[in-house]
Amino acid sequence: MEKFGYAQSQKYDTYASRLMPREEFFTSGHRSCQGCGEALAVRWVCKAIGKDAIIAHATGCMEIVSSGLPQTAWMHPWIHVAFENTAAVASGIDAALKILARKGKLAGAPPKVVAMGGDGGTSDIGLQALSGAMERGHNFTYICWDNEAYMNTGIQRSSSTPFGAMTTTSPPGKESIGQSTWKKDMVAIAVAHNIPYVATACPSYPFDLYFKVKKAIEMPGPAYIHVLSVCPTGWRSATDLSVRLGRLAVETAVFPLYEVEHGRYHLTVEAPRLRPVKDYLKPQGRFRHLREPELDFIQRMIRARYELLLEKCRQPYGEFATVPFTPEPEQEVA
Amino acid sequence: MSKPLEQTTWQEVELGGLLREPGSARAYRTGDWRSQHPVWTKSRCIRCGVCWTVCPEPAIIEEPGGYFDMDPNYCKGCGICAKECVTGCISMVPEEE
Amino acid sequence: MAKAKTKPARFHREGMEVSIAVSHAVQLARAEAIAAYPITPQTHIVEHLSSLVADGQLEAEFINVESEHSAMSACIGMSAAGARTYTATSSQGLALMFEILFIAGAMRFPIVMTVANRALSGPLSIWNDHSDIMAARDIGWLQVFVKNGQEAFDHTVMAFKIAETPSVLLPMIVNLDGFILSHVVEALEMPDQELVDQFLPPYSPRHVLNPKAPVTMGAFAMPEIYTEVKMKHQVTLTNAAGRIQEVWDEWGQLTGRQYYPVERHLTEGAEILLLTMGTLTEVAEIAVEEMREAGLPVGLISLRQWRPFPFAALRAAVGDAKLLIVCDRALSPGGAAPPVLAEVRSAFYTQAQRPDIIGYIIGLGGRDVPPEAFKDIVAKAREEVTTGPTQEFHLYGVRG
Repeated sequence: MEKFGYAQSQKYDTYASRLMPREEFFTSGHRSCQGCGEALAVRWVCKAIGKDAIIAHATGCMEIVSSGLPQTAWMHPWIHVAFENTAAVASGIDAALKILARKGKLAGAPPKVVAMGGDGGTSDIGLQALSGAMERGHNFTYICWDNEAYMNTGIQRSSSTPFGAMTTTSPPGKESIGQSTWKKDMVAIAVAHNIPYVATACPSYPFDLYFKVKKAIEMPGPAYIHVLSVCPTGWRSATDLSVRLGRLAVETAVFPLYEVEHGRYHLTVEAPRLRPVKDYLKPQGRFRHLREPELDFIQRMIRARYELLLEKCRQPYGEFATVPFTPEPEQEVA
Repeated sequence: MSKPLEQTTWQEVELGGLLREPGSARAYRTGDWRSQHPVWTKSRCIRCGVCWTVCPEPAIIEEPGGYFDMDPNYCKGCGICAKECVTGCISMVPEEE
Repeated sequence: MAKAKTKPARFHREGMEVSIAVSHAVQLARAEAIAAYPITPQTHIVEHLSSLVADGQLEAEFINVESEHSAMSACIGMSAAGARTYTATSSQGLALMFEILFIAGAMRFPIVMTVANRALSGPLSIWNDHSDIMAARDIGWLQVFVKNGQEAFDHTVMAFKIAETPSVLLPMIVNLDGFILSHVVEALEMPDQELVDQFLPPYSPRHVLNPKAPVTMGAFAMPEIYTEVKMKHQVTLTNAAGRIQEVWDEWGQLTGRQYYPVERHLTEGAEILLLTMGTLTEVAEIAVEEMREAGLPVGLISLRQWRPFPFAALRAAVGDAKLLIVCDRALSPGGAAPPVLAEVRSAFYTQAQRPDIIGYIIGLGGRDVPPEAFKDIVAKAREEVTTGPTQEFHLYGVRG
């Protein structure tokens, strides 16, 4: 693994797969739909976090497909409690590990704590618990599987559903173009908590994803990774396009891959020349109803937002200031 | 809870519905869902492992010699491997009845 | 809290606010992880625990969560990772926890929680009644009520031991009346740390999140197995009654204070029985004593153990009394009866010999209940027995 470091991972090296760990922590036999981009993301995230970790998972697709009695697809110690509270459950695990370590009740270093949830469980119903956990500075990594709607309950819109997308509760019609609001910027919300590490990722770039997760779990304090997860069922796309669509999302700047480390932005996958957004929208049935004016609006919005992101990446200063906390030694009075 | 669910009595239920065997989902064979499956043309395979990397199940296994094949127990037939194959050596073939 | 260094002193008496006493019980029980959100009238408990942690007098992690929903969620995480876990709440806070309470019970985490009972909104009321906990009676936890500060202290310590018993492993609530009890100052007998340590060994969890032996917690259940999972929980909860009494007996041996699921006061020869819970019991005791002096054959029973419901002990305590007056501190709007009355009635429905059972709802939203109220209720109930029931239950003292 040492030979194949983070810098190299930026290039999509054909033979890079050969260097990745073979051990699977999210096992076959899980019941995700065919071509599930999210299951692929889980597979790679679980490899990246390694053996020594505890996972708290929100209710949602990945919970349902993996943990029906009497079988589990998880190799990690894993807990599911409810939909909106995963970050709080992870807070509790983190606190318990701290006190048990302090009392000498843990053998070895405390395991890593990872919380996982879908876009609904993160940006809608779970936002408060996540905000609380990030603000309190727990040592945990939160992974959001963003498939851009409530897929598990039958493709209802969430605040993470992109503008114009058809879902069962944002149907296009005479008075509607589908989802009428712009996708909530969860990454910006996470960054606003002044946490040490925030990143976007996509399993279409598995090595980028892998190293971001590794970085996140090693970073003391909260880390947030927002993973775009292609959902053929909900996006009305062909099952074999799941990896390609993720790549198109990045190449069109619909979903740029970047990280924000201690407030400093940088792109991790650069797209020298952006492809038109249509290339990404066209293969997806959920955007089929969109006409030129909407497509044009989406293109201009994507471009404007991307330029703003590039501007942030160029900033010589961070989004927020961080100063290492070292108490000053008491001054002796002369 | 190793018995089938419909034969499990309440006395046999684990504490709080706990599952003690990690990865026990492997006993469930998702291969039954498949309507097509990937076939590798070895002469064009460069053994890069991209197919293995992009499989969501995972249901692609490495054979001795470094070539890859599907695991018939779990492959759901999504076709991602065929789409992503660098040399185009994987084709999707319909399942026979 | 200076502790005596010499061996023989196992207890000392000290006057303190009951909330402070509860937090000392949590300290003596060596709770390791606490997640709580402030709500009146629970605040003094968590404030004092915060300062005990801040001063290093309690070796624990305290998370100031952003809501009660997250408090209970964090408690589950704490307990799942193997820490002795405590929290406290009231009213709206308990209501916000509601969803997670069931899960904590079903997943069998021995969390101990104090509920400083308070009315539920609306209208907003910060004062005492039992509408909060009665709305949460089916959460699958062990639940007891206490009538004074000493009991609040004792039951908090004992709750950890009961909850953590391997054959039990269920969360437990100690209900204490908000303000009426939480904010009063009482003289209490406090055991020293050594005695509590001897009584309550360190928590050794049965199942824990640990990468060395990975388990999956919180799997979902298909219709084929859901009923069996619920049955297991039901049987475990019911059977916990035996262990509860065992722990109470052990504490009784150590402290001289013996507790029972249903307790009696002047029931000998009583034809009329009042039934109360929580602090109403102490007020009713006064009323019953005065009525006895006046020659009325009145006695008092109080429900200490609410879950599991002590059917046998209740029937035994009622004996052959002719009239049982059940005093609820909560309303079940549109329901058959207020919660305690409904359950007591059903406990006697199958009995060949049963008393007349009449229900009064009293003390809602902090309305004062003086001893005279009980005398009045007894008089009204006696009349009702002769005239026949006028209503399913009565809302005592309501104007208009």
